[in-house]
Amino acid sequence: MDTLVAKAGGWLGLALLALVMAAVAVDAPFAVHMIIVALAALLMLWTTVSRADYEAIARGILKMPADQGVYDDDPVRWGVVATLFWGIAGMAAGLFIALQLAFPALNLNLEYTTFGRLRPLHTSAVIFAFGGNALIATSFYVVQRTCRARLAFPTLARFVFWGYQLFIVLAATGYLMGVTEAREYAEPEWYVDLWLTIVWVAYLVVFTGTIVKRREPHIYVANWFYLSFIVTIAMLHIVNNLSVPASIFGSKSYAAFAGVQDALTQWWYGHNAVGFFLTAGFLAMMYYFVPKQAERPVYSYRLSIIHFWSLIFLYIWAGPHHLHYTALPDWAQTLGMVFSVILWMPSWGGMINGLMTLNGAWDKIRTDPIIRMMVMALTFYGMSTFEGPMMSIKWVNSMSHYTDWTIGHVHSGALGWNGMITFAAVYYLVPRLWGRERLYSLRMVNWHFWLATVGIVFYAASMWVAGIMQGLMWREYGDDGYLVYSFVESVAAMHPMYLIRAAGGAMYLAGFLIMVFNVWATLSGKVRAEKPMTETPYNAAADRPLAPVPAE
Amino acid sequence: MATRPAKQGFSHKKIERNVTLLGALALLTVTIGGIVEIAPLFWIDNTVEKVEGMRPYTPLELAGRNIYMREGCYTCHSQMIRPFRDEVERYGHYSLAAESMYDHPFQWGSKRTGPDLARVGGRYSDEWHKAHLIDPRSVVPESIMPPYAFLAERDLQTGDMANDLTALYRVGVPYTKADIAKANDDIRAQADPDAGAGDLQKRYPKAQVRDFDGDPARVTEMDALIAYLQMLGTLVDVDKAAPQERAGETEAAR
Repeated sequence: MDTLVAKAGGWLGLALLALVMAAVAVDAPFAVHMIIVALAALLMLWTTVSRADYEAIARGILKMPADQGVYDDDPVRWGVVATLFWGIAGMAAGLFIALQLAFPALNLNLEYTTFGRLRPLHTSAVIFAFGGNALIATSFYVVQRTCRARLAFPTLARFVFWGYQLFIVLAATGYLMGVTEAREYAEPEWYVDLWLTIVWVAYLVVFTGTIVKRREPHIYVANWFYLSFIVTIAMLHIVNNLSVPASIFGSKSYAAFAGVQDALTQWWYGHNAVGFFLTAGFLAMMYYFVPKQAERPVYSYRLSIIHFWSLIFLYIWAGPHHLHYTALPDWAQTLGMVFSVILWMPSWGGMINGLMTLNGAWDKIRTDPIIRMMVMALTFYGMSTFEGPMMSIKWVNSMSHYTDWTIGHVHSGALGWNGMITFAAVYYLVPRLWGRERLYSLRMVNWHFWLATVGIVFYAASMWVAGIMQGLMWREYGDDGYLVYSFVESVAAMHPMYLIRAAGGAMYLAGFLIMVFNVWATLSGKVRAEKPMTETPYNAAADRPLAPVPAE
Repeated sequence: MATRPAKQGFSHKKIERNVTLLGALALLTVTIGGIVEIAPLFWIDNTVEKVEGMRPYTPLELAGRNIYMREGCYTCHSQMIRPFRDEVERYGHYSLAAESMYDHPFQWGSKRTGPDLARVGGRYSDEWHKAHLIDPRSVVPESIMPPYAFLAERDLQTGDMANDLTALYRVGVPYTKADIAKANDDIRAQADPDAGAGDLQKRYPKAQVRDFDGDPARVTEMDALIAYLQMLGTLVDVDKAAPQERAGETEAAR
């Protein structure tokens, strides 16, 4: 009873503190954010004192099985649902801003729906909300299985999940209200950054705590990648977000570094958000789910050691390739370029290790749409980790930088690699986590696969054409020695490419919606009556000796 | 590995069995690149060659810059001209490191859905900017920029700008005590020619004092944003700045 009173008092205190902060706030968005925090605290207060068992209610809505006493999977189930939820939000936002570039009237004459405010919403929603929830959910699943231990600190694990959702809500609402530090992928303001730091440290504690109490002598390779992802993101997040708030009751802050130093710190962060959030973390997924789904061990253990250490060592150096030919000193640019090109090797080492795991099981590409997704994910991983080093070569970059080629490159990685491997992992997880015999429909997985693949092809191809067109139009000189095109002519020339890109994005989103339906039906315990994906037709009439036919 | 006894030499097994060792080695591995690349930028002198004319933003320009960031202009506009013939002809002299030395944060951008803005100051009239921001397609029919009509309707509410200047002072921007004390007055002084600029232009050389949005009665967000756009790239006389290759020579001459 005492602990209950203390808990309730704590939540009430936090809610009151947030309300006081809202009352003395110097700007409206800060007040709105503090009210959101207060509401979250009051919600926690309600669930603490109310007699209703909210976990059981949530279980009922999400049709989750009760704890079997084996592994602590509730946070994983919530994480899977959150991944799908934020995925819809992030991808829909992406489609909408893609259409805004083709039809500017879609900015709707409202400040909240301009491209400039929605673009950070899209990038953060897909990277940190969709990708982040997938990483947290799968890491909690994988670390328990590979350590043969339940999650350490179960309450803290739940705090990590809900704290991360609060971070997403604060960041997203902030973007709509124009609260931003205006540095790509690090847009949340200082107080949201501080909150994420707390959540992230808790995440590190839960994850390493579970490894510490493991029952297996070895730490499995997937966990190396998860661990380096968590540790490195903590380092990047803290250093890159050093700033001084104008007022502790306001949302505005000023970055600690300026100009050149700030630019390189930001792209050291930005490139390794790609390197560790979107690569190391998702490689951890690959190292667990690909062998599991293929029912084969990882191709080479030794390659995974080399892959791991070389990848994490080299990635950090690649940041300056975002700043070629800028005011950044030349030595730093060249260093960044050289390491980016070297980085091609460990990237392909990882891809080979994943693909070759299918040795002896290649037939599954034909019969198992989940394996098919994994193979496509690894193929796109290989393609974009070749394209990246190529674009980091200064000669190529002089044309590709500032153009839509970069956008295409990012999406072949994000849609092809991160999206596909996440879909595959979720398809693997859902029947196991919810104790279902199989997915509602494997044929729908196949539809999802093809819609996504064709969508990416439309997306990437249109952006290649757009980017190269922009690069060439901007530098085109006529015989008279003057620039041929005004800038706006290059904008007008993009219209058909932007339409094709939006069509590709729409296909990708359509595939994702099929997935959401499929998962929801699986949760409901339904199984679709459908022809199996593989069939070797049996014809009884043909299964007999050839009957002699009299000559005519 | 199985053929070699673990005792001889290093074995990766040790790392795989000890999460503290694994975590510490991983952290060590990922810190090296950043230390080698970023740290020297803070102590190698010629990273930012000094040029004449750079000064901190006036409070009105700073407020405009904050609006520029708030609206996510950096998602489509760069402020970094690369040293290529076509870029220099299109946008002006390539950008110098010193020109963003007071930019907390930098706004170099990474994408040109719209043109570079590093030297947009003085290229268009205030009236053009206002019309363009209210309805971009009224002046550039092919433009795909979002409309920002609300900027003209809204009074500039910055809160106490002394806080902002103090925060910037703390991260190294050389605002004087007078600058910080007069921060709020300076906003009106710069946007309203009738208010009297006082010593604003003495403290902020080349500061442009006028009513930017054509509505002298009020200081709007439009005033602040146009004041910022009109000063971009105007502070440094780039023809006077010594090129990087001759920096040593210039120093020797001194």
